[in-house]
Amino acid sequence: MVALVAGATIRTKKGQSLMQGYEFYVDPSRCIGCQSCVKACEECETHRGTSLINFDFIDRGGTTASAAYVCWHCEEPTCAMACPTDAIKKGDDGIVQSSLKSRCIGCSNCVLACPFGIPKIFPEYEQMMKCDMCYDRTSIGKKPMCATVCPSQALCYVRPEVIAHRREKPTNVFQFGNQKIVTRVHMMVPAETDSVSLDVLDYIWEESYAVFAQPQ
Amino acid sequence: MAEPPVSLKSLLERFGPHPAYTPPGGWQDESHNLAERLVKTHCCFCGQQCGIQLKVRRNQVIGFEPWEEFPFNRGMLCPKGVKRYMQGGHPDRLLDPLMRTPQGFRVSSWDEALGFTARRLQETQAKYGKDSVAIYGGASLISEKAYLLGKFARVALGTRHIDYNGRLCMVSAGVAYKLAFGVDRSPFPWSDIPKAQVVLVAGANVAECAPITTDYLWRCRDDGGKLIIVDPRMTPICRNADMYLPVRPGTDLALYMGLLHVILRDGLERRDFISAHTIGFEQVAESARAWDPRTVAEKTGVPPESIERAACLFAKAERAIVLHARGVEHQSKGVENCLALINLCLATGNIGREGAGCAMITGQGNGQGGREHGQKCDQLPGQRSIDDSEARAHTAKVWGICPEDIPQAGYSAVEIMEAIHRGEIKALLSACFNPLVSLPDAKFTQEALKKLEFFGVVDFFMSETAHHADVVLAGSLQEEEEGIGCTAEGRVIHIQKAVDPPGNAKGDSWIYCELAKRLGKGQFFPYTSTREIYDELREASRGGHADYYGITYEKIDKNMGVFWPCPSLDHPGTPRLFEDGRSFHPDGKHHFVVTEWRDSGDPVSSEFPIYLTTGRVVSQYLSGTQTRRIGGLLEQCPNPRLEIHPRLAEQYKIDDGDWVTVTTRRNQITLQAMVVKTIRPDTVFIPYHWPAGRSANRLTHRTLDPRSKIPEYKVSACQLRGADGPPEWSLWSPEQPSEPKKGKA
Repeated sequence: MVALVAGATIRTKKGQSLMQGYEFYVDPSRCIGCQSCVKACEECETHRGTSLINFDFIDRGGTTASAAYVCWHCEEPTCAMACPTDAIKKGDDGIVQSSLKSRCIGCSNCVLACPFGIPKIFPEYEQMMKCDMCYDRTSIGKKPMCATVCPSQALCYVRPEVIAHRREKPTNVFQFGNQKIVTRVHMMVPAETDSVSLDVLDYIWEESYAVFAQPQ
Repeated sequence: MAEPPVSLKSLLERFGPHPAYTPPGGWQDESHNLAERLVKTHCCFCGQQCGIQLKVRRNQVIGFEPWEEFPFNRGMLCPKGVKRYMQGGHPDRLLDPLMRTPQGFRVSSWDEALGFTARRLQETQAKYGKDSVAIYGGASLISEKAYLLGKFARVALGTRHIDYNGRLCMVSAGVAYKLAFGVDRSPFPWSDIPKAQVVLVAGANVAECAPITTDYLWRCRDDGGKLIIVDPRMTPICRNADMYLPVRPGTDLALYMGLLHVILRDGLERRDFISAHTIGFEQVAESARAWDPRTVAEKTGVPPESIERAACLFAKAERAIVLHARGVEHQSKGVENCLALINLCLATGNIGREGAGCAMITGQGNGQGGREHGQKCDQLPGQRSIDDSEARAHTAKVWGICPEDIPQAGYSAVEIMEAIHRGEIKALLSACFNPLVSLPDAKFTQEALKKLEFFGVVDFFMSETAHHADVVLAGSLQEEEEGIGCTAEGRVIHIQKAVDPPGNAKGDSWIYCELAKRLGKGQFFPYTSTREIYDELREASRGGHADYYGITYEKIDKNMGVFWPCPSLDHPGTPRLFEDGRSFHPDGKHHFVVTEWRDSGDPVSSEFPIYLTTGRVVSQYLSGTQTRRIGGLLEQCPNPRLEIHPRLAEQYKIDDGDWVTVTTRRNQITLQAMVVKTIRPDTVFIPYHWPAGRSANRLTHRTLDPRSKIPEYKVSACQLRGADGPPEWSLWSPEQPSEPKKGKA
């Protein structure tokens, strides 16, 4: 008789997926570019052989800086809003899921709409797939795979009181032009900064453009 | 004549490396869901030996699961750890013993291969003497295999020439720690790192070569700790450093003498500690006098202000730690570099207490354990010296032979290859060592291999070196035999057997015992399990510095590892050394040792004006025999690239992605350039994991540290020129997943 090992099967109940009291934090300043997360995501039971981590060397010519991202799981997901077939659903737990295969028409609206550049179309599966924060693991009390293996804990899944010991502080508010986005996943930023704009306009000294406060 | 029997191309076609991208059965195979058991064991791909659980089904490792309870890495793994499970079922795996014929390698029976090997070794010794045969071991072997190999060389063969590839890794640090402290081990557990107020990282690319240690550094920073990084390259951890000192290759010693100079000049040394616990301070203080910041700056290229500031930061900390690795150790003054760092710690009283001290980051999987029990040319089990008559008597008693029958110290790894080249050593048996890729001056190594009258290899994949073998004995992976390892921290860990070797491959320990039988020494090798070997190792190490007597497999499991020395069964082990203020020297004192400046063995000149330094990338391990076969790792960095600063690149009209020929006094290779601002503009860097036309070790030189016998991999002199086009290797290299891309790295 073959005994099943916990974690080797997928049993998820929607709404009960996340580990109580744990939050996901992303800190690019800790990332060492090793891509352990990319390789571990590929091992996941639900999408074996396909990594759903977004990884980049920012500008290897200039710096070793690198960034590994999971989906940010927006409160109001732009990808879902842009989907013409209502194929992208957010669970009660705040997790935004991959497209429903039966509805997804592979139009790439979500890919173009997401301000973080997270969703990807996989032609071989005929659908959009993205990070679902390891439903299969969190639903049985295990941390997401990437956050478990990450050697520098640039990706980590811990309780807020643990993250409070860090130099950097978490935020989950992002500003893209006039769009303010609140996310389930937190970004670690230097202590005095609540959120950082990536739009040059916000830094230009011209009153008509200054819609967003300068970070101090 | 140990030349490859057939063309390289046909050897590569048959034996690989063929990169495997999918696990056995493919990604979509549902059976991976049905792991029969999880085996708690350890990663084999660096000296940290992280805890990992292997998923096993039908005698095959089919995946992994993080092991969050293991205290060192708490589930964390680097990409090598994530993909390590891909080796067992790999299509290149050797499943039978192979004998060489003029038409290539043919499969043979074990009886034939072992009989042939034993006969050739005996014939060689009969004709040329006992010492005409040498053994190469590997630091990645579990300690039982390493112990057995040492005993096999000395008892079954009676040769004095046995050494191992840890000679290319940890020996400079080992010699320095023995000189200063009387023992070769990092003196504290890694949990001390976050407790330090200052951590000086000297020549250690922590992010890529010991990735899990990064988290310890970051936790140190979270508590306000300061990081000082010394490296000719801005490695990934430099982004968060408080100070970065871009030292010129080969000048580290000057920098550390400069730090000591400033500390003594400003009276920041800890006189009370120095007088109570050390000897030799006055001589070292005298030798530091010449190294004022200005002189040091000229030598090292580090600004005088940085030297002043780093010295103050380090000396004023209540608790300071030094972590060092191959950057300082792979030099012809590797021992000096380590001693200079130890002197800094001793002068500031940073040893033997929590959050303070000097530690080496051991590089190879079981790099610590693999060097403690007798496969080093000058050591017997338990870190005992082979010249010590008491040590010889103890070991001889455990082995059941006369002390006089234990041969004296033999040659080190590079010296063995040199003795083969000059015809003094005629036969070589090599286990899990790929010297053609990992020894310096690869052309010389190749010439030497061709001169061997007999060459036997024990390995699980056909390495580039094994192409030259007369016989290849299909051995076992780490997870195929039970045993122990010892981590960079000095923590003895339990390697569980997850599966049996596949096909007709055998456990390495069985192979040595069978060979011993055929050499007429079977009575000294009666083991039926590695546990029996381990029990003998415990006895052999008893009373030595690396005393394992009180450590059993069960005790390791219960305590998540046991730190040696552990002299009795009720002893808890020793996570932190020297807490009683005493070193392992008979006088109990920590020894300051005077260091001496020497120039590199391959100095830059007008003809070879650029420094060449070599190292690792995060996705590859050592000579790549294992990791160049794992597609998921290979695609991260398919081929070595030449890291070069834009300023130097402009001077030679080199663009990112251009083919560049690098020439040293020995040889040349052609690689693509990776133009990055993260390296000194007088230095280029090449990772060394690849063979032949991509081998950084075609360029390196055989200058050794006179005491540790480590080669000077980190400092060579080279010249550069733009190549006319892609080199031959780029057209057909088997590991290449796709055409090399121009542009982004």
